[in-house]
Amino acid sequence: MSPKTLYDKIWDAHLAHEAEDGTCLLYIDRHLVHEVTSPQAFEGLRMAGRTVRAPEKTIAVPDHNVPTTLDRAKGIDNEESRIQVEALDKNAKEFGIHYYPVSDVRQGIVHIVGPEQGWTLPGMTVVCGDSHTATHGAFGALAHGIGTSEVEHVLATQTLIQQKSKNMKVEVTGKLKPGVTAKDITLAVIGETGTAGGTGYVIEYCGEAIRDLSMEGRMTVCNMAIEGGARAGLIAPDETTYAYVKGRPHAPTGEQWDAALAWWKTLYTDEDAHFDKIVTLKGEDIQPVVTWGTSPEDVLPITATVPHPEDFEGGKVEAARRSLEYMGLKAGQKLTDIEIDTVFIGSCTNGRIEDLRAVAEVVKGKKIKDGMRAMIVPGSGLVRAQAEEEGLAEIFKASGFEWRLAGCSMCLAMNPDQLSEGERCAATSNRNFEGRQGYKGRTHLVSPAMAAAAALTGRLTDIRELM
Amino acid sequence: MEKFEKLTGIAAPMPLVNIDTDMIIPKVFLKSIQRTGFGVNLFDEMRYNRDGSEIEDFVLNKPQYRNAEILVAGDNFGCGSSREHAPWAIKDFGIRCVISTSFADIFFNNCFKNGILPIVLPQEVVDVLMKDAEKGANARMEIDLEAQTITTSDGEVFSFDVDPFKKHCLMEGLDDIGLTLEKKASVDAFEARAAAERPWV
Repeated sequence: MSPKTLYDKIWDAHLAHEAEDGTCLLYIDRHLVHEVTSPQAFEGLRMAGRTVRAPEKTIAVPDHNVPTTLDRAKGIDNEESRIQVEALDKNAKEFGIHYYPVSDVRQGIVHIVGPEQGWTLPGMTVVCGDSHTATHGAFGALAHGIGTSEVEHVLATQTLIQQKSKNMKVEVTGKLKPGVTAKDITLAVIGETGTAGGTGYVIEYCGEAIRDLSMEGRMTVCNMAIEGGARAGLIAPDETTYAYVKGRPHAPTGEQWDAALAWWKTLYTDEDAHFDKIVTLKGEDIQPVVTWGTSPEDVLPITATVPHPEDFEGGKVEAARRSLEYMGLKAGQKLTDIEIDTVFIGSCTNGRIEDLRAVAEVVKGKKIKDGMRAMIVPGSGLVRAQAEEEGLAEIFKASGFEWRLAGCSMCLAMNPDQLSEGERCAATSNRNFEGRQGYKGRTHLVSPAMAAAAALTGRLTDIRELM
Repeated sequence: MEKFEKLTGIAAPMPLVNIDTDMIIPKVFLKSIQRTGFGVNLFDEMRYNRDGSEIEDFVLNKPQYRNAEILVAGDNFGCGSSREHAPWAIKDFGIRCVISTSFADIFFNNCFKNGILPIVLPQEVVDVLMKDAEKGANARMEIDLEAQTITTSDGEVFSFDVDPFKKHCLMEGLDDIGLTLEKKASVDAFEARAAAERPWV
């Protein structure tokens, strides 16, 4: 048999049907659902008199619209947001799918809840009407975002019509230097490949620097595979993965655990398997990075200066000019001279416990800069509870951070957590698009430690200066 | 789904690269639980001032492009989120075809589910079409899906590739779910086999 990549193996294990023209039906093991991209899909089922084929494999949680203020039990003020969340409440009940309502301590961002509850397991196919579904690839699961029509298709058939992507390998060799994190890796990769560099591919991340990451770090890396244009990101499961999964509420136990483990151990890329594209980065070359523009590919080491539009080629010249104008930056300006109004720590990229520990380490015993608006939004109610148990919440509050309830919050600003016009934010989230965090808001993507450093100094800061 | 066979219409030029889904339809408009009504907010932040007045020099606000049915766009169109509200807004505005050198994967798939034809062409061809689109309302392009050709207002013809299954669905206006349900026996058999092999799933 010819050698296979990890992606090939998972694909083959889920191929339910292949037509003569090569169109495939891929069986879906887990379907995650949130309130924004699902109401039209459930309505479509209703209109066609269809049901959810596998409600036991379908898990819903509201996250995009939910308020994160401590008084959210009083309900959602915005009528449209409230209607969307109520629609999910109703659809979850009517179609009998697993559900974590806003009031449940396990509620949180869908991509944090799935792994936390053991829904996401190695070798699975996982989809959700959300592009950051790529997060689950950290477990060696084939996971990607889908549109609402596809949500309806998966609800009705538990399959997805797919064409196979090409294989891409991103290898990060060696060790990371102090102050460099999973977020810096994933941004550095996008800086290297561009936001369309992964289009048409599934990326497998490998190499010593990836292997050394915790599951939280691996989720951060895979989360942003979509920002590089890839359909999905994957990391082969190993002892780190098994240790994270074991004992989770929906992870297998007993004999089933043993059987699962035996299969999971076959999930790796065979020697000599073919990759259509290979990118290699040296871990020791990666520096703490920050974005300066309005695309995740606009990434530079924190020690750099804002680029000139003329440094680029083709359509990117005009895009860079537009970005600088939008961001209110001048070419040649030192990145560390950029003053910050707001710090947002959270999101499916960096809203896990390890991220919060990294922040606490930087801010412990220190105060955020006067006038700084700084909020920490844990990725789930359970992350919040754990941070409180570990004493992190006390550190955050003593430093001057707002300590919020779980949700997507200011990552996409569908709830009241938004930037105002011209407000400049260091954010641990995943997109710096125009208007992403609020109309005319300005976003600089950074790691949790770098966001914490910016909160203390009031400007983009090289975390290594504070170490 | 509305069929797509042939389209003759005005093409609007949007040469900017990396036009993302937040530009196409900002999140404040994602709160609807309907599939329609998004057209008025297509490219909202580029198209309107804060007070709701139109930004004159935005392409779709120019008189010659207000009825555009084709968009010729820069690289990596539709990058970002999975929101199908983006193609819903494009369709609702009246655009049925988007041409670029590359599209983000999820957006590309979402187009086909909504009767929109996304066409990928090499840079040099997109450059020609962009120039043609810049001529304005008198320059109409013709898209023939059956023949897989684009004819410019000058009569220059370019052919394009499209996945045969997607083409078939688009030309017939087929419902994917209905097609998949016809293969229920295969899916049932697969599910039974997978449940035996991987009972923990």
